[in-house]
Amino acid sequence: MSVLIDKFDVFAGGFWLTLQICVLAAIGALILGAVVAVLRISPVPPLRAVGTAYVTVFRNMPLTVVMFFAAFGLPALGSNADFLRIPGLDAIFTRLGTDLPYFRFALIALVLYTAAFVCEALRSGVNAVPAGQAEAARSLGLTFGQNLRYVVLPQSWKASVVPLGSVIIAMIKNSALIGFFGVVGDLSATADQLTSAEGYAFVPVAIGISIGYLIMTVPLGALLDRIEKRQAVAR
Amino acid sequence: MSQQNSVLYDVPGPRQRRITLISSVVAAVLVLVGVYYLIYRPLDEKGQFTSELWGPLVDPGNENFSLVWDRIGIGLKNTLIAAVLAIISSLVVGTLIAVLRIQLKSLTRRRFTGLATPVSYLLRGLSVLLSAVTRFCVEVFRGLPVVITIFFVARGFPEFGITFDTLWYLVIGLTIYNSVVIAEILRSGMEGLPGGQAEAAAAIGLSPFQTTRMILLPQAFRIMLPALISQLVVVLKDTSLGFIISYEETLNIGKQIIGALDNPIQVYAVIAVLFIAVNYSLSKLAQYVQRRLSRGRRTAGTPAQNPPPAALMSQAESSGQGV
Repeated sequence: MSVLIDKFDVFAGGFWLTLQICVLAAIGALILGAVVAVLRISPVPPLRAVGTAYVTVFRNMPLTVVMFFAAFGLPALGSNADFLRIPGLDAIFTRLGTDLPYFRFALIALVLYTAAFVCEALRSGVNAVPAGQAEAARSLGLTFGQNLRYVVLPQSWKASVVPLGSVIIAMIKNSALIGFFGVVGDLSATADQLTSAEGYAFVPVAIGISIGYLIMTVPLGALLDRIEKRQAVAR
Repeated sequence: MSQQNSVLYDVPGPRQRRITLISSVVAAVLVLVGVYYLIYRPLDEKGQFTSELWGPLVDPGNENFSLVWDRIGIGLKNTLIAAVLAIISSLVVGTLIAVLRIQLKSLTRRRFTGLATPVSYLLRGLSVLLSAVTRFCVEVFRGLPVVITIFFVARGFPEFGITFDTLWYLVIGLTIYNSVVIAEILRSGMEGLPGGQAEAAAAIGLSPFQTTRMILLPQAFRIMLPALISQLVVVLKDTSLGFIISYEETLNIGKQIIGALDNPIQVYAVIAVLFIAVNYSLSKLAQYVQRRLSRGRRTAGTPAQNPPPAALMSQAESSGQGV
């Protein structure tokens, strides 16, 4: 068990890196997912087709394939994803600015993959609003923007907050994959490093890594359960 | 889509239809231009459309064509074997866990009257303890990433002197994660049933186990079938994680082909198309089943069941790679 104490800084570093990529990917996926959701509910058919195609492709593809595309396809195109070296942001998330591009590749893959699920969560929220609500708003003479702002979005937000939370939990778990794609030092890569290269006993390392992930996923899941129960009562 | 529009927009009049048509044309042109400049041009400049990169994959006349597709066929076969084994075992284990948890829960409510006081207290304590232990295990394995579970299985079992084929590590890892998720889906399905079902079963003298087996479980399966099918899509997608323990599934074969031919984008594109085709048809199947079921329920005239919790449903849908 001493590995948990001796190597505490390694575990903590892995946890910190996993947390970093999760925060960045969550922000990116929420933004991109909202854009795709807008495309999917827009009145213009070609834009709708683009949104639908995006969701179909990324929902049915394993994240592993998306990761491979990002990690081997982008270098083949001569790109190092340098556009993600955002000044200011890379001072906080130091991995964004390094010369090794794998953190950025993994981030791109996670964002692209998760955005499809975020889009579906948001869209199912809009679908859950009864049609009479928007109709009543229109018959009151509210414009399209007012309709969305005051009637549809506040209600759809309630319906999509729990699915969105599940998507984010799923994304945290998916982020374990990045350790196998050349991102050095996240929680899953730490497991590999400590057991195979440094020869520590397996069970304590496994416990440490598990605790690292459970700290992130279990409280979030409990929070979602609470929100859902509250909403069920309110309804 | 039409349902979507009816919520947000009125039925368009002639002017609105004209505006939609014009903006459609503009948007289509913009999308095509965007695709050309952002995707086609960079790919073309890097020579990604040459026949030596695509040839082995799409041209039957190419010398490597049959070789490459033989390998991909092996990979697909291995993927399907792993997926089918994992699906069957996680359905079986998941059902068992769900039944176990429901049984333990009903056991914790029992008072064990008629026994000596210490014995009844012991039995009550034991059932509470067991219930807590199973709950803990379910929460832990639901919260762990499936990659990590597979990795732990592949690393941990040899540590204790148990060695298998990599296929079995993958199947066991997938089963641990997915059976727990399936158990939660089934359990919430059973708990969402109207209370009258279990009460009626008790009234005609069925034991708690008989109630679960004959009354609750079949109905839970029926309600939760769409969520179960989406979870099966997730299992199929997750078999691609076999590459981390070097199981020879489709992606791993793809990596070998890339090692020989050096055409990553092309090989991954083909593999992506294969996965999308299979998973898309499975999701269509789930939608079809859902429609059929909702139709069947209406004609049967049974009372409306409580909808399954949104979190579980969406988790089943979104947990791609486990999640």
